[in-house]
Amino acid sequence: MEYLVRLAQCHETFRQPELQAVATLLGIDMEIIAYNEFTPFCVVKLKDEEAARALISRSILAKDILELWGKGTTYEELHADVHQRTKHRWADYHKVTYALAVDCFAGKRSTAKKTEIFESFGYLNLRGEVRLKNPEEQFRVIEDYVTDVEENAIGTQRSSEPRMIYLGRWLAKSDRDIILTHTLKKRKYISTTSMDAELALVTANMALAAPGKVFFDPFVGAGSFLVAASHFGALTMGSDIDPRAFRGKEHERKNGMAMLQNFKQYNIVSQFLDAFTSDVTNTPLRDTALLDGIICDPPYGVREGLRVLGTRDGKVIEPVIIDGVPAHYRKGYIPPKRPYGFEALQRDILEFAVLRLVPNGRLAMWMPTASDEAVEFPVPMHPNLEVISVCVQPFTNWSRRLMIYRRLPEGETSDVTLGRSKTDGEGVSADDLNAFRVKYNNRNASRAEEK
Amino acid sequence: MKVITANFVTCAVKECKTSAASFPLHFHDAELEQQELDFQPEFIRNVLPRIDWESLRVTANELGFPTLPETKPEGDALNEEQTLKDLHRLLLETQVIEGKLVCGNCGHQYVIKEGIANFLLPSHLV
Repeated sequence: MEYLVRLAQCHETFRQPELQAVATLLGIDMEIIAYNEFTPFCVVKLKDEEAARALISRSILAKDILELWGKGTTYEELHADVHQRTKHRWADYHKVTYALAVDCFAGKRSTAKKTEIFESFGYLNLRGEVRLKNPEEQFRVIEDYVTDVEENAIGTQRSSEPRMIYLGRWLAKSDRDIILTHTLKKRKYISTTSMDAELALVTANMALAAPGKVFFDPFVGAGSFLVAASHFGALTMGSDIDPRAFRGKEHERKNGMAMLQNFKQYNIVSQFLDAFTSDVTNTPLRDTALLDGIICDPPYGVREGLRVLGTRDGKVIEPVIIDGVPAHYRKGYIPPKRPYGFEALQRDILEFAVLRLVPNGRLAMWMPTASDEAVEFPVPMHPNLEVISVCVQPFTNWSRRLMIYRRLPEGETSDVTLGRSKTDGEGVSADDLNAFRVKYNNRNASRAEEK
Repeated sequence: MKVITANFVTCAVKECKTSAASFPLHFHDAELEQQELDFQPEFIRNVLPRIDWESLRVTANELGFPTLPETKPEGDALNEEQTLKDLHRLLLETQVIEGKLVCGNCGHQYVIKEGIANFLLPSHLV
């Protein structure tokens, strides 16, 4: 059976991977029949209505789903398709209360034209009462027009007629409204690096967050990924080399760390496990399969260089005793940190994930790239991880990517020859260590000169 | 720090990872807090295979909980609600608010303050 998914017209490269992730999570067999990045409409093949309802209930980038009754580039084609697909079912709907609406994407129809369109479906023989509020069935005629965005991007001619018309029986809406609840504007505790609610939820979806699972963020910050994964029922844990973001300042802590305020706000305190202070290159987590998912947005090192534990010159500072107590046990002790490579850090995250993910567990990692790398950029790879998807969020002069990996069960390996083989390892200045930082700053400098 | 987390962590010092004495880390001067949380049997069943039972017995003992059975509940025992509820209480509802976690191998102490454990290492241990 075919279904029509109406997607949000944003974050285009994330939309198919998210649907596929939800299908994988729920064990739903899904085939994408028609997809176009410039339109919200996507046709999928699913086993039944139950699968369609389940799929949509977990989606963030989809809005709703309809049972597809027909499609065509003209009304003649559409009517013929509706006859062919659903004629045997019309009798089931003769007596239901119903609503029929015409939705135009990027186009317009006059009321008179809409009435004419309604009337052309007279053969469905819907004789029940028309009800705008709470009808038993809602039918939608959906017209999809070419947008100016598409015309500008790839030159498709715009037209006063739709490029595709669908008739669908509306089934259910998605979980998208949760974005309004989770929005950072209304969130009690955030930091400057909090991931926006929509993309945090999508990230959690793509990492297959679900009840019964343990999720971990090694760069937890103010915990935006944890609340997203916990929204989907996972129990979540995080760490950070700098505890200030999750702990909060004195006045921000009420009965516990500041980050917990958000779990209270969303009524998911029971989904929170712990947050602790640690460095991902010296983690205390046992190196055995403990985690079902890891989601993170590692620091990019643009505003400040990346830091891990250690000394800049590599020399060991021997412990000092002050008043009979080793200095490193005294209040206010700050362990020395050294600059670290951006790519080395990503390599360490993959290694961290390989050791601690359960088989088929997922790693979702964000990574920035300068836009000139957009065509071919090296994806960090590991033989024990399969790259499931790479999604791009473009900005004016840079972009960032979300990479999803699957931990391969023992005995399986992936082909890593296309991955990045060298890392930026062991330099000492922030620029030596971070190709992204150099590109980002050079680009901004040249833009400033142009102005 | 919850008891489940204590079972997930060991000494952050690399040389200690291979030593049996480094796990579990030992609680010293632990101040406990109990908190009521939704009981999620599915979670307990999923996570139990990852729990190091011997270490959990040591930790439970150090924190003053009744002695746990010698072997990890398996099979039919995982359908007994009381067994799962007891584990929920210990693993998720019990947390150490103040105290120390000490490595039995190198002796390093990790401080827990306001429920947050600090695993950062001084330079001579990195």
